[in-house]
Amino acid sequence: MATPLLALSGVSKSFGAVAALRDVRLELYSGEAHALVGENGAGKSTLVKILAGVHAPDQGTLTLDGRPVTLGNPADARAAGIAVIYQEPTLFPDLSVAENIFMGRQPLRSLRRIASAEMRARAIELCERLGVPLDPDRPARGLSIADQQIVEIAKALSLDARVLVMDEPTAALSGVEVERLFTVARSLRDSGTAVLFISHRFDEVFALCQRVTVMRDGRWVSTDPAADLSVDEVVRRMVGREVTSLFPKEPATVGEPRLEVRGLTRHGSFADVSFTVRGGEIVALAGLVGAGRSEVSRAIFGVDPYDAGQVCVDGKRLPRGDTAAAIEAGLALVPEDRRQQGLVMELSVERNATLPRRWALTRMGLLFGGAERRAAGTWAERLQVKAARLSDAVSTLSGGNQQKVVLAKWLATHPRVLIVDEPTRGIDVGTKSEVHRLLSRLAGDGVAVLMVSSELPEVLGMADRVLVMHEGRLAADIPRDRADEESVMLAATGQGGRS
Amino acid sequence: MSEPAVRVRSALGSWDAIVLIAVVAVAVVGALTIDGVASPRFWRFVTLEAIPIALIALPMTLVVITGEIDLSVASVLGLTCTVMGQLWVWGVSSLPLIIALCLLLGAVLGAVNGLFVTGFGLPSLAVTIGTLALYRGLAYVVLGDRAVADYPAEWTNSAIAPIPGTTIPWMILVVAVLAVAFGVLLHATPIGRGLYAMGNNAEAARFAGISVVRTKFWLFAATGAMSALAGVFWTLRFASARADNGSGLELAVVAAVLLGGVSIFGGRGGLLGVIAAVALLGVLRNALQLAYVPANTLTIITGSLLIASVVGPNVVGMLRERLRRRRPATPTPSAST
Repeated sequence: MATPLLALSGVSKSFGAVAALRDVRLELYSGEAHALVGENGAGKSTLVKILAGVHAPDQGTLTLDGRPVTLGNPADARAAGIAVIYQEPTLFPDLSVAENIFMGRQPLRSLRRIASAEMRARAIELCERLGVPLDPDRPARGLSIADQQIVEIAKALSLDARVLVMDEPTAALSGVEVERLFTVARSLRDSGTAVLFISHRFDEVFALCQRVTVMRDGRWVSTDPAADLSVDEVVRRMVGREVTSLFPKEPATVGEPRLEVRGLTRHGSFADVSFTVRGGEIVALAGLVGAGRSEVSRAIFGVDPYDAGQVCVDGKRLPRGDTAAAIEAGLALVPEDRRQQGLVMELSVERNATLPRRWALTRMGLLFGGAERRAAGTWAERLQVKAARLSDAVSTLSGGNQQKVVLAKWLATHPRVLIVDEPTRGIDVGTKSEVHRLLSRLAGDGVAVLMVSSELPEVLGMADRVLVMHEGRLAADIPRDRADEESVMLAATGQGGRS
Repeated sequence: MSEPAVRVRSALGSWDAIVLIAVVAVAVVGALTIDGVASPRFWRFVTLEAIPIALIALPMTLVVITGEIDLSVASVLGLTCTVMGQLWVWGVSSLPLIIALCLLLGAVLGAVNGLFVTGFGLPSLAVTIGTLALYRGLAYVVLGDRAVADYPAEWTNSAIAPIPGTTIPWMILVVAVLAVAFGVLLHATPIGRGLYAMGNNAEAARFAGISVVRTKFWLFAATGAMSALAGVFWTLRFASARADNGSGLELAVVAAVLLGGVSIFGGRGGLLGVIAAVALLGVLRNALQLAYVPANTLTIITGSLLIASVVGPNVVGMLRERLRRRRPATPTPSAST
């Protein structure tokens, strides 16, 4: 083949101490659809953001038609002919379809007035070229996600985009809509556009793409013609890493059911989720981003309401959407986003660490001098939180220490059921193994642990059982001895029948 | 530096302390330069004027700390005044009963604000601008342009009676007791901790089991009741219930709360600073009045202080941050923070 239309080589990008991309390469050719696959956290999104001009790479080069280019901001990327379609497009809801397509570069007539008729005609022409007749005058509000993506693609066409990046565009689409999107993508491809397609759905990857690039842990793994690959081979390459530097769970006596979830349903998020976690057990909830795992744990904890089903702790049914009652019943949730959900960043370490159980620290209804400090101090010491002073704002701590404060906050309530959502995301390896040891010890003490995790080694190292969610439903319940990377990944990508 | 020493130093350098020092400075400079500021009569007048502002500023501090605001307080005060007048006209002759009904009315008006803010998730700024106009309008519906002024003298005298042996009105003791109660609630109870948490990050507060919706609803109701109490005092002090009572008082209350160091974005501030700010504004205003500064200029000064109080802490914070960043470069890294 000739010179690639767009080529990345040796691209690296770090966020603080976390390396998101290391020495990644990618070549896109005119008239070719190229798939990019990898687990959660493999670096796909970072790569897309570099192509979109949102992030600048720390190292490496990007060439367009063989000439090096720098994409300092999204406008640069657009000028270079790179268009990105996201899973959920961000249109201006109260502007019309035509106005959205031409936002910021409307055709003008004299006195810089917008040439509405011309804009409308060109919008119609673009939609016709895509084979999707959209009314150019209707507001974007109320368009289906599939139609919103068409508007974005029309925008890309009007900019003469030569590279079309689609970041999990099909996640929210129905079968018919996917087919229509693919028809559009194929016709663009055949007219010379380079298409980069990111998806977790292998059938779609193979239906659309000529070549497949696999990424893992921020690194490039392989690029091969799709015809030379099988689904099993792709999965193997996505997950094939060593399970190292992890603390495996110690065996514990499995006791009575502690957390029972029956038929839990929240329309649009998850449906008919049922499972039981027993004392002494660590049960992992695995699945891809967007499969509904965090939503399920939030509903169990009462932060979000649910539409049907029930949650019982030690046989006692919890009221719906009542976090205080859930805490009272012995539930604790270490949430996914510790900066937004786990901690009040501007408050001190001691206030954060005692927030859920501040009522228990009162005497005659009052928090007397130092009660919180003493309580927080006990747990800070036990978890070895490194803070200059407990009265310092928790925002001054490192990520790993912040996570310890969240854990301290909830362990201090002596939970009977502990839900941890991505407990080791974004923290260093040392703290990671401390967290794992802690979870294992808690299970040993009879706590039922439900661990939501996107990191397969963590899931496989820690869990007695692995529940796998796929598109809002429980797809598999795999006991420890039968759980391996392939069985979990296949269930998570909806290929459970093949394992 | 040892922990207690650090705390003393940070307390002295705090905004509360700056405002407290400013009160003393204005009082001393005023007493030395303006005729009459040193007189007991001046302080009686300052106190009478500060009482209704302080009554409303107490709950307003809590509301602003949760990240909300209530601009309808002066209108709740006005509507309460007119209802109080109407009750007297109808022949309700028990003062305790009238006060109880007025407080109940205030709580209901505040609860309406709370319902719109928490039940429908509307911004409190918009809701309370709406009820600012609505409640004032209702006040005119109740009394029109009339004034009810024929209260028994023992009622009106009781409201402004001095503490024996002084010129200071005894109502300031009621304010003091309420201030201690609100101060304890905010600074030494689990509820107070929850207010700071939800003002900083409502989502994290929900994840900690704090009922953000319920708490905010009751805060708005309490603000209404306190505004009504201020309205009762207002009516008795001036022996006059009129629909325009307390017009524009919300500006004085919000100015005091912000000048007292409470962040308009929520989550930061304390009651001591707000009480000091109420005193500062009261002393400054009355001292300047004695110096024959025109009323318009006083309004300009209040407005400027309001802006300064919002900008001030940010500038102080920025300067501190800059100093902190520069520090590592200085040749004495051993200097403690």
